[in-house]
Amino acid sequence: MTENTQIAVDVRDAIKRYGDFTALHRISLGIRDNEFFTLLGPSGCGKTTLLRMIAGFEDVTEGAIFLYGEEIEDLPPHQRPVNTVFQNYALFPHMSVLENVSFGLEMRGASKADARTRAGEMLELVQLTQFASRKPSQLSGGQQQRVALARALAPSPKVLLLDEPLSALDLKLRKAMQIELKHIQRETGITFIFVTHDQEEALTMSDRIAVMSAGEMQQLGDPRDIYETPRNMFVADFIGDTNLLDVSVEGIAAGRATCKLSGGHRLTCDAVDGVNAGAKVHLSVRPERLFLSDQPTAAESLQGTVVENIFIGTDISTIVDVPGGQHFTVRTSNSDRGNKRILDPGTTAYVNMEPGAARLLVD
Amino acid sequence: MAGGAATGGSAAADTYKSARHWLLLPSWLVLVLVVLAPVCMMLIYSFLTKEFRGGVIWEPTLAAYDQFFFDRGLFGDDPPKIEWTYITIFWRSIWQAGLATILSLIIGFPTAYFIATRPERTRALWVFLVTIPYWVNLLIRTVSMKFLLRDQGPMNDFLISTGLIDDPLRIVNTNLAVQLGLFYSYLPFMVLPIYASVERYNFAMSEAAADLYATKWTTLRRIVLPAVKPGVIAGCILVFVPSLGAFLAPDLLGGAKNFMIGSLIEEQFKGNAGNWPFGAAAAMVLLTMVLILLMIFARQQRRAEASP
Ligand SMILES: Nc1ncnc2c1ncn2[C@@H]1O[C@H](COP(=O)(O)OP(=O)(O)O)[C@@H](O)[C@H]1O
Ligand SMILES: [Mg+2]
Repeated sequence: MTENTQIAVDVRDAIKRYGDFTALHRISLGIRDNEFFTLLGPSGCGKTTLLRMIAGFEDVTEGAIFLYGEEIEDLPPHQRPVNTVFQNYALFPHMSVLENVSFGLEMRGASKADARTRAGEMLELVQLTQFASRKPSQLSGGQQQRVALARALAPSPKVLLLDEPLSALDLKLRKAMQIELKHIQRETGITFIFVTHDQEEALTMSDRIAVMSAGEMQQLGDPRDIYETPRNMFVADFIGDTNLLDVSVEGIAAGRATCKLSGGHRLTCDAVDGVNAGAKVHLSVRPERLFLSDQPTAAESLQGTVVENIFIGTDISTIVDVPGGQHFTVRTSNSDRGNKRILDPGTTAYVNMEPGAARLLVD
Repeated sequence: MAGGAATGGSAAADTYKSARHWLLLPSWLVLVLVVLAPVCMMLIYSFLTKEFRGGVIWEPTLAAYDQFFFDRGLFGDDPPKIEWTYITIFWRSIWQAGLATILSLIIGFPTAYFIATRPERTRALWVFLVTIPYWVNLLIRTVSMKFLLRDQGPMNDFLISTGLIDDPLRIVNTNLAVQLGLFYSYLPFMVLPIYASVERYNFAMSEAAADLYATKWTTLRRIVLPAVKPGVIAGCILVFVPSLGAFLAPDLLGGAKNFMIGSLIEEQFKGNAGNWPFGAAAAMVLLTMVLILLMIFARQQRRAEASP
């Protein structure tokens, strides 16, 4: 973290317990000003809990939360300059769209006329101007979602919290909203804290991602870091597709580790902190960083047998069995077919890795 | 009901239609026998001549309504003046019932809100606790209330023993006693409908309001109340209407000065002093008033819903 970036939300050693169940184990996070920050993890890992603690709906069992340097964990929600887009929108059913959007502004003391003007601008931003006088029940799910967004943005919060705002939308609308949200975030310069369980969504939208599992932070980094250098087994497995190989580390020298696969084959890869010689760990290799050949191309090429080719639109996914009871998934881009080989099932193939593709995982 | 099935002219749809008529028969019977028939009887009786020992003579007359609204002097031959006695009783009844309703709302709303926000498995218990006193007969409850509120009753004894007051509070035989009695008689009718609507309320909306800088009080006023309004209205009607016609609480707690419509009507049908047509006429006036009030209310509701 560079010294001159301002921290918007600083969560320090936050613990959340419900009775004797611990939902969050000592989480520490610094979310930067103006960034699109995503909390990513499977359902039940504590994302909503953390978001609700920042918004003020759950109290913090232990630890502290700072908002631009001010300690806020004891403030009631209505005194925190953050706004939330709720998972099920929680629009006010008896108010029109315009009244919904101007509510927060009126509560902050804006005159009715000013609030309406600003709310109108917000509706323009989310392209709902012609629906201003409708009731929420007269809108589609996607439109309600935009109202919720406009309502939360209208009071110009310092930080916007979004709890799986796109999960109720169908795929096409979701993709469109992802782009729109990202665009709005850039335009308004508001810090977004976005919650999702969809790793693809997280990779697409975020400046930085915090991967969580079972109430613990697994890794924090930008999408590339998280994808290319997963720190542990959970992150490697949860983000994208990967080949996870059981290996034992035979030796470490000059920053390189020599690993032995269960079939006896040896690979070298970059050593990482926390993995020592003799350890039995996992190696992660992304399928798109492997390629197939009918002759070995290097000393480390693995010989195997093609089991199946699966057509998945942009790519072809080939499953190759190697000795030792392991198999590899190799992904070949359809546009690359001229350069790389697609081999028929049953034929012998060599699995080759791009340099730096194999990554050792802590536990 | 699955009204959609009745569209189209197929044989199956016809069978369905006629079956529906037969199936609805019991409810029609109940409506006619216990609602419409008694009201018609009352309407007819109010236009008949009174028999001195109670009962009626089958001779049509407007005498009962005339007696209710006009004063024609001791011998009935003075020029008619407006008779204020009964109108005053009616006015006082509306006032008393209104205050009792407001009191029930003030106590009933927080109670209902409290119950609806308890953990789900304890709610039924709370509802049960609220209704426990109502397993006891209303007469006994009202008499007990009189006993509690008496000048030398437990409440005054307690207040004097704590030194809060020196002389007993004189509550029995006042309007306040009547309101307290009515309030206590009908409180569950306020609590239960409000509870039902608060329970259905989506509390995420309160969070959304707090998130948008609304205080607790503003959230209650601008978000919660509009959402649970149907329950509040139902509760108010369910308390106001029976309070208006109540006679036990005014009789026992209010004494002679605080006579209400219910007692007036009751007396006309009791013993030898009764006047059945007059009682029926008073009941009809009461019914008409209640209907008018409900209609005004319904119209306002509709207007509020229509406006954006
Ligand atoms: N009010 C509560 N009482 C008890 N446990 C809760 C409560 N709220 C959430 N939890 C538990 O905390 C964990 C995290 O929940 P949540 O933050 O909603 O997960 P996510 O949003 O990541 O799906 C879950 O195991 C959930 O069951
Ligand atoms: Mg959640």
